[in-house]
Amino acid sequence: MRVGLFIPCYVDAAFPQIGVASWKVLRHLGIDVTYPKGQTCCGQPMANGGFENKAVPLAVKFEKLFRDYDYVVTPSVSCAAFVRVNYPNLVKEECLTASKAMDIVEFLHDVVKPVGPLGSFPYKVSIHNSCHGVRELGLSSPSECNIPQFNKIKDLLLLKEGIKVVEPERKDECCGFGGLFSMEEKAVSEQMGADKIRRHAATGAQIVTGPDASCLMHLSASAKRLGINIGFKHVVEILAEGL
Amino acid sequence: MSTAHSKKASAFLKNKDYTAWHDGTFWSVREKRDRMAAGLPEWEQLRDKASAIKRHTLSHLADYLEEFASNAEKNGVIVHWAADAGEFNAIVLEILRAHGVRKMVKSKSMLTEECGMNPFLEAHGIEVVETDLGERIIQLKGQKPSHIVMPAIHLSHDDVGRLFEEKGISDDIGNHDPTYLTWRARLSLRGEFLSAEAGMTGANFGIASTGDIVVCTNEGNADMSTSCPKLHIAAIGLEKIIPNYDSLAVFQRMLCRAGTGQPTTTYTSHFRGPRPGGEMHIVLVDNGRSSWLSDEDHRETLKCIRCGSCMNTCPVYRRSGGFSYSYFIPGPIGINLGMLRSPKDHSGNLSACTLCLSCQSVCPVKVNLGDQIYRWRQQLRDFGTYNMGKKMLSDTLSLGYGNKGLYDTATALFPAANIIPESVIPFRLRFPKKPFHSLIKELEDE
Repeated sequence: MRVGLFIPCYVDAAFPQIGVASWKVLRHLGIDVTYPKGQTCCGQPMANGGFENKAVPLAVKFEKLFRDYDYVVTPSVSCAAFVRVNYPNLVKEECLTASKAMDIVEFLHDVVKPVGPLGSFPYKVSIHNSCHGVRELGLSSPSECNIPQFNKIKDLLLLKEGIKVVEPERKDECCGFGGLFSMEEKAVSEQMGADKIRRHAATGAQIVTGPDASCLMHLSASAKRLGINIGFKHVVEILAEGL
Repeated sequence: MSTAHSKKASAFLKNKDYTAWHDGTFWSVREKRDRMAAGLPEWEQLRDKASAIKRHTLSHLADYLEEFASNAEKNGVIVHWAADAGEFNAIVLEILRAHGVRKMVKSKSMLTEECGMNPFLEAHGIEVVETDLGERIIQLKGQKPSHIVMPAIHLSHDDVGRLFEEKGISDDIGNHDPTYLTWRARLSLRGEFLSAEAGMTGANFGIASTGDIVVCTNEGNADMSTSCPKLHIAAIGLEKIIPNYDSLAVFQRMLCRAGTGQPTTTYTSHFRGPRPGGEMHIVLVDNGRSSWLSDEDHRETLKCIRCGSCMNTCPVYRRSGGFSYSYFIPGPIGINLGMLRSPKDHSGNLSACTLCLSCQSVCPVKVNLGDQIYRWRQQLRDFGTYNMGKKMLSDTLSLGYGNKGLYDTATALFPAANIIPESVIPFRLRFPKKPFHSLIKELEDE
């Protein structure tokens, strides 16, 4: 099983530690992982803003770089979801990456299936269920749906010894980032971020963790604005802790 | 990079207490809906079934419309066909004139709002009295509905109390108790029901196999509107037709659970024909619907049963209010219907979506509302209504991401951006010294 690691543009530039953690966890679990050189962005920011045509060359390039791997794994649910849902329309020829792209939580949970313990993390953490993880990748049961409850993020986090995992009230309401949404609808975006981080803080958690650094980035700005003292870590950073 | 919606939303959000109340009120309706959905083990199957029935009906719409109309005529109903809002208004006016009607009572109908019927009839000297309490309140206030199911939800008891005092509906000045106000509204409306010469209803469903229309209300005002006057006119959009009573059973179980979190509406009224000595008219209105049906990307919108649950769940609607949207129907379904109506006039609503997709997970008939908003955004270029700032940003990103040399140079320069104050960049972005693609070289050697 060969895995191509995709580190999205904003993770590469702003949160390289999440890339490092992904690499460490995958290697620790004995995965044959490669970081293909020359990767940049999946094209999601432009497409969600209404410029899908600008995402096409990036999708074609992505397809070329990653098509020969068995899985394309990335520590970002919205990027994984974008590749899975939209690439078949963007890459005009046969698109292999759409079915191979997985968020790292999903990949670890469904394919690698590690059995704990995976080191210790003695903190109380509040899960931020990112929208595209919930409603496009199925990382957890959407609160809207009457289906059996599950949460793959929680399952993985519980592999850490000493961890206490909670969810905020309104467990999968959007944080209000939404890429270009946060610029076009600044006022609503900030209000959503404030409401969300208050609910995370109300759980008494020391750390907010989630499968998408863009949500965490938005929430950390909200926390700073409100003077809420709480930490932020990507799920994979917690998993990598102490490995 | 602001939009028509974001400007109004920003003004709405200035009042933090009101925003919090608005958000909490609609979230509590969403929670009631969740409890109702959880109470039916077959909820998700019902959603699949409801979606399938709507798809089937819409793809055989001409046949079902004919069946509906011919059965309604057999029941003694006079059926009219209106191609657009103008024809609809003219047909209604003609019927009313033929009966010498000066006053018409009316139960809730978003279609008449869509067609601008009230101002049209009033301009021709016919008084139209709304009888749904929420609709009556905003009619007296001279406002538009802020929600399709709870049209006056944006007003407080005090707002309503003062309005009723001003209009002479209540005389106990300062008594803004909801029970008292409702009682005064009931007294006032009773007089209107008795003195009106015609009653109009909308319809939640038209049953093809029997020619019935079904109207769901909580106040019984549709029944009052049709059992006092002898003349009943029903306004119904083409997409409201469903095949038969079996399919009605599916929708009837979902409509109110999804919309208000009640197991059913208080009144589910079936109208099959005119009262003895009376007349019943059904006006079937197209007004764009048949052309939307031919739009492959957006025809799913026609499945909507107008429960309003997408508004209640939408995090943007809850924090920006119904009046922040330019179309008379707000929220996710309103964004989509507005674009079908006129992209030129309503593109400014497309920003009001984070693509969180809660709307389409809630929707009882599985309209893919968020996916369609994504598609509409791709079409803005064709309409010439895209945002230049956003386009330039996308162009720049695409150029930088498409060229590895440029990308490496840019990411190497990013740490310099750390000095940009947070007032300029709305989220905290602090760049570390080295991007991952530099760090990986050391990791690979380990």
